[in-house]
Amino acid sequence: MRGWKQPGWRYAVTSTIAVLVLSGLCTAVMATSHKLVLTGSSTVAPLAAELGRRFESMHPGVRVDVQTGGSSRGINDARKGIADIGMVSRAIKPNEQDLQAFTIALDGVGIIVHASNVVASLTRQQIADIYTGKITNWRDAGGKDARITVVNKAEGRSTLELFLAYFRLKNSDIKPHIIIGDNQQGIKTVAGNPFAIGYVSIGASEYDAQHGVPIKLLPMNEVAASVANVRNGSYPLARPLNLVTRTAPTGLVKQFIDFARTEQVHDLVEAQYFVPASVH
Amino acid sequence: MIWWKHNISFRPAFTDRWLCWLLRAGAITAALIMVLILLFLLLEYWPAFQKISPVRFFTDDAWYPLEDQYNLLPMVTGTLYASSGALLLAIPLGIASALFMAFYAPHFIAVVYRRLIELLAGIPSVVFGFWGLTTLLPIINQWEPPGASLLAAILILTLMILPTLALTSYVALTAVPKEYMQAATVLGLSRWGIIYGVVLPAARKGIVAGGLLAAGRAVGETMAVLMVAGNVVQHADSLLAPIRTLTANIALEMAYAMGDHRAVLFVSGLLLLFLVMALTSLAGLLGKEHHG
Repeated sequence: MRGWKQPGWRYAVTSTIAVLVLSGLCTAVMATSHKLVLTGSSTVAPLAAELGRRFESMHPGVRVDVQTGGSSRGINDARKGIADIGMVSRAIKPNEQDLQAFTIALDGVGIIVHASNVVASLTRQQIADIYTGKITNWRDAGGKDARITVVNKAEGRSTLELFLAYFRLKNSDIKPHIIIGDNQQGIKTVAGNPFAIGYVSIGASEYDAQHGVPIKLLPMNEVAASVANVRNGSYPLARPLNLVTRTAPTGLVKQFIDFARTEQVHDLVEAQYFVPASVH
Repeated sequence: MIWWKHNISFRPAFTDRWLCWLLRAGAITAALIMVLILLFLLLEYWPAFQKISPVRFFTDDAWYPLEDQYNLLPMVTGTLYASSGALLLAIPLGIASALFMAFYAPHFIAVVYRRLIELLAGIPSVVFGFWGLTTLLPIINQWEPPGASLLAAILILTLMILPTLALTSYVALTAVPKEYMQAATVLGLSRWGIIYGVVLPAARKGIVAGGLLAAGRAVGETMAVLMVAGNVVQHADSLLAPIRTLTANIALEMAYAMGDHRAVLFVSGLLLLFLVMALTSLAGLLGKEHHG
């Protein structure tokens, strides 16, 4: 975890410095090109940092610098050439077709409730109704008589984007009771509230659920929310994790992307609770 | 002593002039940093200024930055409610703690108590937040869901600013000249009479300064509040409603914000700065009142 930086101010500072250094030493960097800069999704960043560490050990003299800031920033930085590679935790949109995308792993978004909740499954319509405030009591969704605490994500997060797109909702339609930032905050919030419902990355939540955190993942369209089902493509609420570049990758960038898609890094992908993409 | 007095009757010594310039440079730097921060915030907002007029931060329907709605007002009230609530609780408790340490507790207990309060002041805010998330919220949740609420934010903030208030008040109380108290005792005042009539008015400035420091911390606190307040953007209609503060808004969304959304988050920062400025002037007025 040491290799990647927290988003926010430090990101702003480091990216500013990176821009200054890059523009100032442009020719020098172009000539030697021993540094790879990756920016973007905080979901991909820990994986990218691990990949970078192994890549560095295989290519002495190369430095891989990973910075977070969200998928949209990954797109933006790759497009402007601020970063060599952008990290994007969703499928590429139609207006982003100018970029080259390479899927390195898959991640599913799972609906989580407290482990003590008697509700075993919810339909797509029920979940949408809960999030839009049409169902406010677990009684109306097959559970106990208790008010539902709706946990939503903060605006700008790709998990929120994926969730909204799947349920065809707008963020202003949602009636949340708690708004959270990252996955861990979501898991802790639901674990501490017997009547909460939230949605987080399946990789992280499946691991926590198996290791004693009192949460459970609900199936989606009768498909269990598990890493296995994300891998075989049957789980509907899933997203690809992409590396994007402005032009067809060459040299060191190509080496890194090819490396990230080989079988020899599957252990790293799985260690982050993601699902490896198909082998090339 | 005598040679020293003799010395200052001449032109200021060489070192004095040096010190004077050094202090001036320090003061100018501090003021300049403040101005630079203000400029920085304005500069970051500037790209969006043409599209989003400042009025819209107060007149838009709600805060959905990705749907072009930018009402920041609920977060201003959220910040004000949370920090004034915390001050309302912490000021009496803090002053009471200080009085206890200074006048009522036996020496040994006073020392131990002060050490405890100093320890409390040193605990990182994220620890308070984590405790709130895992312990306080489930308790409030049993009473009235969702638990994450204005009340939780107030309680956590109270815990965080209480040590600041207690310690600064204590220092202000002990700085009151002994002669005042001796004179009051001679006049036959009771202990409470001395405290209420002599010590508290004399220590007023120091206590107000401590209050201002605490208020600044309460307004600026981010992580702990982010973890317990629920962060729903709305005007709180009860103590148990979730709220979002200006600082939490920046911390939650800045990392993932682009374009106009990002620019508007800097306006959150600007509002926060104005809020603190207003607070400072208010404290200035309060501090003067009795002397003026």
